[in-house]
Amino acid sequence: MTSQAIELDDVHFAWPRSAPVLTIPRFTVAQGESVFLKGASGSGKSTLLGLIGGVLKQAHGSIRVLGTSMLDLRGARRDAFRAAHIGFIFQMFNLLPFLSVLDNVTLTARFSRERAARAGGDLGGEARRLLAELGLSDPRLLMRPVTELSIGQQQRVAAARALLGRPDLLIADEPTSALDADTRLGFLDMLRRECDGAGTTLLFVSHDTALAGSFDRTVSMSEINRAESVRSWP
Amino acid sequence: MALIALALRSLWNRRTTAALTVAAIAISVTLLLSVENLRAAARDGFAKTLSGADLIVGARSGPINLLLYSVFRIGDATANVTWESYQKIAKHPDVDWSIPISLGDSHRGFRVMGTSLDYFAHYRFAGDQILQFAQGRPWSDLYDAVLGADVAAQLHYAVGDPIVLAHGIGNVSFAQHKDKPFRVAGILRRTGTPVDRTVHVSLQAITAIHLDWQSGMQALPGARVSAEEARHRDLTPDSITAFILGMKSKVMVFVMQRAVNEYREEPLLAIIPGVALQQLWSLVGIADQALMLIAAFVVLAGLLGMLTAILTSLNERRREMAILRSVGAPPRDIFLLLILEAGVLALFGVLFGTALAYLLLAIAQPMLIDRFGIFVHISMLRPADLAILVAIVVASLGIGAIPAWRAYRNSLADGLTIRV
Repeated sequence: MTSQAIELDDVHFAWPRSAPVLTIPRFTVAQGESVFLKGASGSGKSTLLGLIGGVLKQAHGSIRVLGTSMLDLRGARRDAFRAAHIGFIFQMFNLLPFLSVLDNVTLTARFSRERAARAGGDLGGEARRLLAELGLSDPRLLMRPVTELSIGQQQRVAAARALLGRPDLLIADEPTSALDADTRLGFLDMLRRECDGAGTTLLFVSHDTALAGSFDRTVSMSEINRAESVRSWP
Repeated sequence: MALIALALRSLWNRRTTAALTVAAIAISVTLLLSVENLRAAARDGFAKTLSGADLIVGARSGPINLLLYSVFRIGDATANVTWESYQKIAKHPDVDWSIPISLGDSHRGFRVMGTSLDYFAHYRFAGDQILQFAQGRPWSDLYDAVLGADVAAQLHYAVGDPIVLAHGIGNVSFAQHKDKPFRVAGILRRTGTPVDRTVHVSLQAITAIHLDWQSGMQALPGARVSAEEARHRDLTPDSITAFILGMKSKVMVFVMQRAVNEYREEPLLAIIPGVALQQLWSLVGIADQALMLIAAFVVLAGLLGMLTAILTSLNERRREMAILRSVGAPPRDIFLLLILEAGVLALFGVLFGTALAYLLLAIAQPMLIDRFGIFVHISMLRPADLAILVAIVVASLGIGAIPAWRAYRNSLADGLTIRV
């Protein structure tokens, strides 16, 4: 396996009939490294995360994640690769409203044997442990539909889902945006602890530059993205 | 979590729409099954009501009319057959047996049929079954009656109970033969034919109760004939309503039919039951097929309703699909998820529809027998019914493939932009 968890070379991405959003000559994140990615709204952060996570695919260039070329993987294989290796905390949480908190957390492991195996035999137990670490330990809460939780609680459920099964790469798209200052720091501590414990590479996106100190390295979108359409952004 | 569990939870999340879709399918299935059952029951019932009879003879009218009133107790005779003509034809050397039928009276809504003991010896139904007694025996006294199974069950009669016949065939009659009460001598086993809803008495009994009746009215008290007095009178009937013939040789059936139809003494009509039944089917066949076609279209409408419901929900559920993809569900699973959803909706629709059909048939059963003489036998689903139900579920899976394909084609990023 390569020593780079993420390796982008000459990547170009544009939405249909629009100007390029991303033009990245090179961007790498080493295995086990934690990177704080900052950038203004519209600078292409979420698009970049989407490409790395295999959610978006219509790009040119080379995107290698854990040594695998994401652009060469076709639909189902890319989904399977993402489920097995990548934990994704979406900006909009992306929880299933008709499932309970616990079922949402264990959902990825239900589709990926690899993630389930890494979570140990007891998926429910591991989910409860992660949720407790994130301050959601009330057993009654765990069985409730996720829609009955507050926005901050939903965000923590999304984080627990991404962490279950110790993924090789954790992509967090503004995961602290709905948390208050105290919870935010606790959340960040827990995230780092889990990632360090599992050797997980962390790519963390946030507006909140005050959090940058907790990471190995800070990268600004303006440093790596040469697309003209977004360079005019402050 | 198994896909089916996900499909069920997703459906539960949209339970109002899902319930309405299931209801639409259930109602269409109920209609289809009910129509199919009624159709089959009518055919089975009519076909099995009379077996082994070669000819039915009555006053000249229409073949279907004669068949309906003589065997199925539907409608009324337009005229009678004289006793002399009956005797002459019944004693013809080619005739093996005959059953006279005299109709016109009733007992609490059930028709009374005057006949001879030959009825119990020669009447055949459902292939080659003869009438059997659940209790008692055929009549031995003038005022004995033998009840069909439904008459006894619905009116709670047992052997030995007294009954009073009424003049005419209405459900409620003000003219009753109270002066000549009958006694239940026997109760027949259930046959699933109009026999179950008939009170049988002897032809002589019919004559006896009408000795002092003229023009539908009982004579004034001084001119009345008591029950005991009637026993000593000549009780040979003047006329009967119709009669059934069994021929010694099948070859003679057509010869006898022609002879009866050309009978000079009075205008008579002889029909072959099977041929008349075919005429009846050809008459009702168009309505029959139209009804089935309507039922099939209702099912199609139900399935299209399901398609609409799933397609409409699909737009709202693009994100649900995308989330599932994002956590590793392959496109194949998304496709299967929607197919399963359609299958679950159709399955519940079929189950509820079948249950509803049985419920309605059970409720309608007495009314159908009462009004139309159709006995709907409520039993397990027949292979034809099962085939229809399986076809509906399979069709729903096929229809479910349309939204499934659309969901399959939708990109992963498509739905990941809205908040829960």
